Amino acid sequence: MAITREEVRHVAMLFRMSVSEEDIAKFQQQLSQILDYFQVLQQVDTEGIPPTSHPISLENVMRADEPRPSYPTEDILANAPLSEAGFFRVRAVLE
Amino acid sequence: MELYDLTIHEAADRLARRELSSRELTQAVLDRIRQVEERIRTYVTVTKDLALKQAEEADKRIAAGNATPLTGIPAAIKDLICTKGVPTTCGSRMLENFLPPYQAHVTERLLDAGLVMVGKANMDEFAMGSSTENSAFYPTRNPWDLERVPGGSSGGSAATVAASECIYALGSDTGGSIRQPAALCGVVGFKPTYGRVSRFGLVAFASSLDQIGPLTKDVTDCALVMNVIAGHDKRDATSAPLDVPDYTQSLIPDLKGIRIGVPREYFVEGMDDDVRASVEAAVNKMQELGAEVDWEVSLPSTGYALACYYIIAPSEAMANLARYDGVKYGYSDMRGDTMWRNMELTRQHGFGDEVKRRIMLGTYALSAGYYDAYYLKAQKVRTLIRREFDAAFQRCDVLVTAVSPTPAFKLGEKTADPLQMYLSDVCTIPVNIAGIPAISVPCGFADASPEPGRRGLPVGLQIMAKPFDEPTILRVAYAYEQATEWHKARPKL
Repeated sequence: MAITREEVRHVAMLFRMSVSEEDIAKFQQQLSQILDYFQVLQQVDTEGIPPTSHPISLENVMRADEPRPSYPTEDILANAPLSEAGFFRVRAVLE
Repeated sequence: MELYDLTIHEAADRLARRELSSRELTQAVLDRIRQVEERIRTYVTVTKDLALKQAEEADKRIAAGNATPLTGIPAAIKDLICTKGVPTTCGSRMLENFLPPYQAHVTERLLDAGLVMVGKANMDEFAMGSSTENSAFYPTRNPWDLERVPGGSSGGSAATVAASECIYALGSDTGGSIRQPAALCGVVGFKPTYGRVSRFGLVAFASSLDQIGPLTKDVTDCALVMNVIAGHDKRDATSAPLDVPDYTQSLIPDLKGIRIGVPREYFVEGMDDDVRASVEAAVNKMQELGAEVDWEVSLPSTGYALACYYIIAPSEAMANLARYDGVKYGYSDMRGDTMWRNMELTRQHGFGDEVKRRIMLGTYALSAGYYDAYYLKAQKVRTLIRREFDAAFQRCDVLVTAVSPTPAFKLGEKTADPLQMYLSDVCTIPVNIAGIPAISVPCGFADASPEPGRRGLPVGLQIMAKPFDEPTILRVAYAYEQATEWHKARPKL
């Protein structure tokens, strides 16, 4: 297996996502198969080849820093699971 | 011919001549939805009242003499394109109750042109999948064979056009998500050049690959929709600041002087015999229409595109999906006693398996110690794939290939094996890697053991061109379409 159970758990937690024990076994098997498949790229000689991050080259896109109205607070908070006094509300951040 | 079977241009002609009202056309489409939707399930949300209201406005506009070719024409919008005040779920539990506070650029453009929106089309969750079986709500079925998938991720958009539950639809394409379902459902699907259409209001999957495009009943309709949605938008810094041609000017029914290349690497191992024969017959037809054909084009890195894509797309996806935290909008699991615990639970229960797999692949590929071997390596291979396309387009105006190596597969056939599912996009993915435009047009039927009286399953032809050369693609697609009858076939429902 290209990835261990512990690594599956670790990767999920890097993303702040919990995974059930049952799913860890399933994902370990599936992700290992996919990671093995990725090894095909090691056959490619990329010596001196620059990476591409965007397919169509663009220079930095600039715009004037002009104030404009933002979306109304109530519209943005309308989808929030919890809100209070114009803010998003969350459970305790510090444990 | 039934009203719901009309194309955009046929309906627009009748609307302009006042032989038909948008209200009648919209009602015909809504009745069609009532008749067949239960069996195919192409929509997440049907917006009947909104559609009828928009149809009335469209009729007033037509009467006032300031209609566009899209005014009053019923359309479906893929459910990851934001529609203000109308649920936009992305096929996910995470956004089941999400009401966008703004319009996407493309919906704004369509509304200005006189959109009648009949519904939001079903899709694989967050556009991750090739069969629409990853929808958190229900799978969509292929109108040509209800035991088979419509393809994905824009499977709802393709199936709803094929089943005449709308006149045209919008989809999005990150690795083939417009073209592959268009091919499997026998409709036209177009992925424009990266940057040709603004992504503002398109819920992000992989930001260097995503592009919005039309799914239509023929190539003329595709050009009409492109005329409205293409163009620069300052709210998407990656949208191209280039003028938009009138795409209907490209609808020329001959191919004199067009150089067609057929890259041999796209005849992949395991390709269905009928798909191969249909593609070869289509190229021969193009030659009869005046094109020069080179059967010996080679793009040697094609075989690496799939691995390259499944590193780059999940890496970008995991960064984009980090916004689903259960705090700002969307599903929120509040059974934990801290914010962090709730975030972990929200993602565990809000995302489906395919989304989780890709998040973990992306997180792994970007994590310390693996970045160079996976992500950086994939970006370098991306450069090689782009350069090979650049070189091919020095000698050819378009490249022609199959869209999908097989016709539609059965529901459940590939769900247990993610890698097999990924392989169904092997012919479409290189296009997104390189950012070039490509279309899928119907080019035949494969006899996947058809029952008596059935036609078999649709096959799609892919036509690619260099960046921003949408006009040449539309010309080749149109000339081929006009010389064949495939686009006129409709499934029996």
